[in-house]
Amino acid sequence: MSIRERYRMRLKRKRTLIRAFRKRRELKCLVNRTETIKKSDIIVCVCLRNERIRLPFFLRYYREMGAHHFLIIDNDSTDGSAEYLNEQPDVSLWHSKASYKHSRFGLDWQNHLLRKYATGHWVLTVDPDEFFIYPFCDTRPINALTDWLDTYKIRAFPAMLLDMYPKGPIEAEPYREGQNPFEIACWFDSGNYTFSKNHSLRNLWIQGGPRARTFFADTPEKAPSLNKLPLVRWERGYCYMSSTHMLLPRRLNNAYDERGGEKPAGCLLHAKFLSVLTDKVEEELSRGQHYAGSREYMAYARTLGDQGELWCNWSERYINWRQLEILGLMSKGNWA
Amino acid sequence: MSIGFIMMCHTALDRAEQVARYWANQGAPVVVHVDRRVKKHAFDSFRDALGDLPDVSFCQRHACEWGTWSLVAAAQAGAEQMLKRHPDIRHVYLASGLCLPLRPLDELRAYLNARPWTDFIESVTTSEVGWTQGGLDMERFTLRFPFSWQRHKWLFDRYVRLQRQLKVKRAIPAGIVPHMGSQWWCLTSATLRAILQDPARADHDRYFKSVWIPDESYFQTLVRLYATSIESRSLTLAKFDFQGKPHIFYDDHLQLLRRSDCFMARKIWPKADRLYAHFLQPRKAAKKPAEPNPAKIDRLFTQAAERRIRGRPGLYMQSRFPLKDLENGKTSAPYSIFQGFTDVFEDFDIWLRKYVSARVHGHLFAPERAEFSGRERMFNGCLTDDAALRDYNRKAFLTNLIWNSRGERQCYMLSPRDQVQSLDMDWFTATDPNAQISIITGAWSIPLFQANKRFNIVRKEAAILQRRELQQLEVLRSTYIKARVRVWNLQEFVENPMEPLQTIIDELSPRTSRRLTEAPRMVDLNGFGQFLQNLKNQGMQPQRMGDFPVAGDLKPYSTRRRRPYLVK
Repeated sequence: MSIRERYRMRLKRKRTLIRAFRKRRELKCLVNRTETIKKSDIIVCVCLRNERIRLPFFLRYYREMGAHHFLIIDNDSTDGSAEYLNEQPDVSLWHSKASYKHSRFGLDWQNHLLRKYATGHWVLTVDPDEFFIYPFCDTRPINALTDWLDTYKIRAFPAMLLDMYPKGPIEAEPYREGQNPFEIACWFDSGNYTFSKNHSLRNLWIQGGPRARTFFADTPEKAPSLNKLPLVRWERGYCYMSSTHMLLPRRLNNAYDERGGEKPAGCLLHAKFLSVLTDKVEEELSRGQHYAGSREYMAYARTLGDQGELWCNWSERYINWRQLEILGLMSKGNWA
Repeated sequence: MSIGFIMMCHTALDRAEQVARYWANQGAPVVVHVDRRVKKHAFDSFRDALGDLPDVSFCQRHACEWGTWSLVAAAQAGAEQMLKRHPDIRHVYLASGLCLPLRPLDELRAYLNARPWTDFIESVTTSEVGWTQGGLDMERFTLRFPFSWQRHKWLFDRYVRLQRQLKVKRAIPAGIVPHMGSQWWCLTSATLRAILQDPARADHDRYFKSVWIPDESYFQTLVRLYATSIESRSLTLAKFDFQGKPHIFYDDHLQLLRRSDCFMARKIWPKADRLYAHFLQPRKAAKKPAEPNPAKIDRLFTQAAERRIRGRPGLYMQSRFPLKDLENGKTSAPYSIFQGFTDVFEDFDIWLRKYVSARVHGHLFAPERAEFSGRERMFNGCLTDDAALRDYNRKAFLTNLIWNSRGERQCYMLSPRDQVQSLDMDWFTATDPNAQISIITGAWSIPLFQANKRFNIVRKEAAILQRRELQQLEVLRSTYIKARVRVWNLQEFVENPMEPLQTIIDELSPRTSRRLTEAPRMVDLNGFGQFLQNLKNQGMQPQRMGDFPVAGDLKPYSTRRRRPYLVK
């Protein structure tokens, strides 16, 4: 890597950080309980809008996993999300009326909060419909994983986004508040993912899954990226570049082995395709605040509108992390 | 009183307290060494917590840094105190604060009482250890290491390199033969006393102070001078991974640890509540003494290392994305590619399915769609037959297909028509030892011969297909080929198809040593010679078809195989 290129990356990172710092003005703190965060606590950072129905299960899931504190940015919800979160003892809440799009889909806000409150902590940056799965997650709490990563000086842990979907039309079974979404959406694609390397930022670019095969069959290069690095031991100067797909400094993106070995990796179960999506699609299309002209949402509206389903004969039913390990979607690496 | 413990603590003092209490309650004296870098208030509360136990004492504290003499100094301090305060014990066990006793103390006592003069210490000559990290084994004893490996890695490395270049060597004191081994030992007090009260101890200490990682070699070397009977193994189960870091035990290892029958395990995750609760509860000693048997745990950790270093062959995933030619298995299972067979025979895939137990696909890389077996729209793992998705990443399509159908051999048809200009794929399959590639060269011309198209179009198409096939054959002639490649030209294949077919089938399903009774039905080649001549007349030179007579027919082959003559 030439010095020039290195310097260019540094500038890029600084620009992102400055941008995040400027955007802090758009955040209004509703409740700040960050002084309760202890030194070894694990933090979850979320940016959301109108996700009230998903929140109870979301919070429960991560609390049970061993997360201690939630940093949440509410992008002007109108469904009572803010009021609900305000009452939670382990939530610090910010509110923003500003444009989701102009804050780079919430990332600038998150980068700012991460720098300010998560430095020195392990932090999970996820969406309210993403559920983190890691090797041994059924028997070991998440700080077993982070302690282990610490001994190996691994700073970022990869978890590929795995789209989960129900059998039949997504509206067939309505999602109830507090319900485990994977009781309904328990199917996934096990082996149609493609990988390529992004040389400038060194991350892997993963595409495929049900969205690629149904919505983007003609334009596979536009299919959504599935590579994510949600769990990071945050340091001052780190920043997310595009969603949680990649980080700067770019050495953090090197979460894969290039000599044939397997590094440990988890999965993010993506509970997007639930009955609540339909309303969301309409709302998001009218707002036009999503990535690449909301093209994903347009595709959903087109395909899911006429009672299409994502399920097919070869869909795999989710059982546990060991199943995902055997299928080659995640790996224990040398953690035993 | 037959055994005393020295505990080396630096973190998780609450767990160390539990373990010390467990031993002391069963009448074993414990000497605790606490790292001097532990904060005063933490140390004080730890000492106070153990204050009610008369058999637990604290020794002089050293600031411990991994890889340095301080760890030996700490162990020496502990051992001296143990021998002074409890002169009647027979064995001294060195343990760490993250060790967990797996069996009742009485079982350990019985085990040691049966072997009263034995020193349990892993002690291997340096030339024979295979586990040292970073290439330093004998050099640990002959170089100097004034810089900290943890804090000044750069200086450490440079200084080692400099000494190597200058070929400086330290003399090893007379009588010392360097040995190494696990730092967790159980020595008889006689041996330990001999080591600590040796008149030459000052010399030994001075020498070992600048040996690298002396805690793995000090006692291990000196024990050879005094011990009467050495069991070269550690009673502590401590496994190290490929980077030299200790494996950690969690709650879900409980059954594994229980069945291992080891006396002590290291390292336990300090928050593994179930392990501590289970193994520290008062238990009765078993009647029948069991020999430690860590084989199962060994296997678990060996598999983990294997997974990390070699990975699963043929898998491409988020944490395994090997560089070209470092794949350790480009694909996960053997597969076969047939080129030209569907042109020469009618319904070749149906015929093939009868003779081999494999999944026979059509032209997977056909321009319109991937022709999965039975012309299904989807295949294992939700692969679709969509051409755009497939062509977006053909290599991933193929590796996914083979990975998704592990356990079943895959066969597919290929033709120069399928993937125009895809040398990448040619190289990929040709350098893959799992591929079996069979090619009838020139067979691509048969569909052109049958099609009723205008001849100048046919000519153009023929030229493109021929160029493509020649490029592919060029690849297959390279010296880097790992696939099993068989090439026949059209004429020699048509004259005698049974021989080649038999070889292919035998290779595909070696156990069914069935002779082929019936060949697939060959297409009608009447007038094919003339067709080739026409191509020539138009100025295109057909290559690699062999010689077809312009007029008349090739000698017909019989679809029935004649019985071989037997000479009795």
